Amino acid sequence: MGSADLVGADAPERPRRPRWAVWGERALETIIRLSGVSAIIFVLAIFFFVFREAAPVLFNGHFNILQFLFSTAWYPTSESNIRYGTFALTLGSFSVTALAMALAVPFGLGAAIYISEFSGPKQKETLKVIIELLAAIPSVVWGFIGLTIMNKIIVAVTGAPVGVNLLNGGIILALMSVPIIVSIGEDALKAVPDSYREAALAIGTTKWQLIYRVLFPAAKNGLLAAVLLGVGRAVGETMAVLMATGHAVQIPHGVLDSVRTLTANIAAELGEAAAGSDHYRVLFLTGVLLFCITFAVNLTADFVIRGVRRK
Amino acid sequence: MSDTTPNGIHTRGLNLWYGKFLALKNVDVDIKHGLITSLIGPSGCGKTTLLRCFNRINERFSYVRTEGKIEILGKNIYDPDVSLLELRKSVGMVFQRPNPLPISVYENIVFGLRVHTPGLRLKKSLLDEAVEQALTEVRLWKDLKNRLKTRATSLQLEQQQKLCIARLLPLKPRIILMDEPCSSLDVEGTRAIEELMFNLRGNYTIVIVTHNMAQARRASDECIFMLLGEVKEHTRTEELFLNPQNPKTAEYIEGRYG
Repeated sequence: MGSADLVGADAPERPRRPRWAVWGERALETIIRLSGVSAIIFVLAIFFFVFREAAPVLFNGHFNILQFLFSTAWYPTSESNIRYGTFALTLGSFSVTALAMALAVPFGLGAAIYISEFSGPKQKETLKVIIELLAAIPSVVWGFIGLTIMNKIIVAVTGAPVGVNLLNGGIILALMSVPIIVSIGEDALKAVPDSYREAALAIGTTKWQLIYRVLFPAAKNGLLAAVLLGVGRAVGETMAVLMATGHAVQIPHGVLDSVRTLTANIAAELGEAAAGSDHYRVLFLTGVLLFCITFAVNLTADFVIRGVRRK
Repeated sequence: MSDTTPNGIHTRGLNLWYGKFLALKNVDVDIKHGLITSLIGPSGCGKTTLLRCFNRINERFSYVRTEGKIEILGKNIYDPDVSLLELRKSVGMVFQRPNPLPISVYENIVFGLRVHTPGLRLKKSLLDEAVEQALTEVRLWKDLKNRLKTRATSLQLEQQQKLCIARLLPLKPRIILMDEPCSSLDVEGTRAIEELMFNLRGNYTIVIVTHNMAQARRASDECIFMLLGEVKEHTRTEELFLNPQNPKTAEYIEGRYG
């Protein structure tokens, strides 16, 4: 070891690190570096394998990519005229997500503000634990709630013929995204230095002015991240929307129409499609589409946050 | 409160607890209007706590309990009909670490006006004028007049601290509280802030907490020496440093403890 050179010949005995500790540290460093890089590898690998399953259908001659993206006709098992149009599904995903966010963002951010700025220490702990509990409910249980309880409530309140629809899915997804928005949003608000609060309060702001004039601007990146993680959760959620939205392939004209989402479609049909068939490959292609949508959302978020930061 | 000026700060029987810990013990002080008064004493003696009573910012922590009377501008600030917002409008505070808000220089200065003016009644010309006046008063106008849109947190520390003083001025406070305003500044920055204090002297009552005895000596008119939550001595600064009455004061300014 090189360090030996630093010690003179007549140096007294000094504590030294044994060789295994030095090597152990290096090994640990390598492992940590690998786990950091692995994220990239996993993402690329997933994309590669999904795309590999989907790719053959793109080049089989009779598949039309424009029809796939922009047609609302989804008839994968038709006897006479098989059509694979996912536009209604994409719209279904978008509409459920949008409705869910319209409900979840105000509630989630409101709860985050309450927990971070208004509640006392004991109440804060209680609320955080309960909200984490909410996040721990499995999505199939949410779907079950949508299918049974929400279904009845919606039929009773709105008089709609079926209660499993866009509204039902939106509410269920909102309930599922709120915990994420709350916990990330609360972290973002907690990260605002207390000196900002004191500065504003000492000038004579009310609590509310403090929140919208100081905390919102100071925490906007974190709050945006909270909202986008909520969006990510909502777009990607499968089981709950499969059970709660009614699973009808159509363009919704109102919140009481049933819809089907991209995710629910894959989950419902992949088991029935013969491996290697066109249907099977188109479902994988739907996965690729989903992947591209979430990728675009994340990338936009990244640019937005960066743009905000530069300002 | 017989012989004292109406615009000063007068406390009577002020006690303050942090939970069960008694941090201020029966504090009676009369801080005169228009002077610079420094609060000195070893760490933990309660000088910052006392300062933070004067705008009631202590109260944002629920475990703080206060008892007694503080009269500011002729009114007991603990009276139930006192508006906290109005109090903080007339009693500005500068903190230990410069804490401009993460918005532009311009917005930092008009922040107080915006907060205290309901609705959208503020004319741009009025705001512009307030900004120019406040920055001129703290000697920042020349340096910053072309950078009003820059983020305040990206300025030099000294400029940030001056800006923190400047943002109080549009609200026309009577009293400015400073909690070790120079402790994160270098020699030049400290000099600049002290000069600024001298410029503001007369128009404002300035109370400054400082660890730096040399600063208290050169920059203040009167001095309050505190120890373990009690006021030990309050007199003119030269008097306190040349001829301290309390032996504890003498030992502290000689540097025997603290």
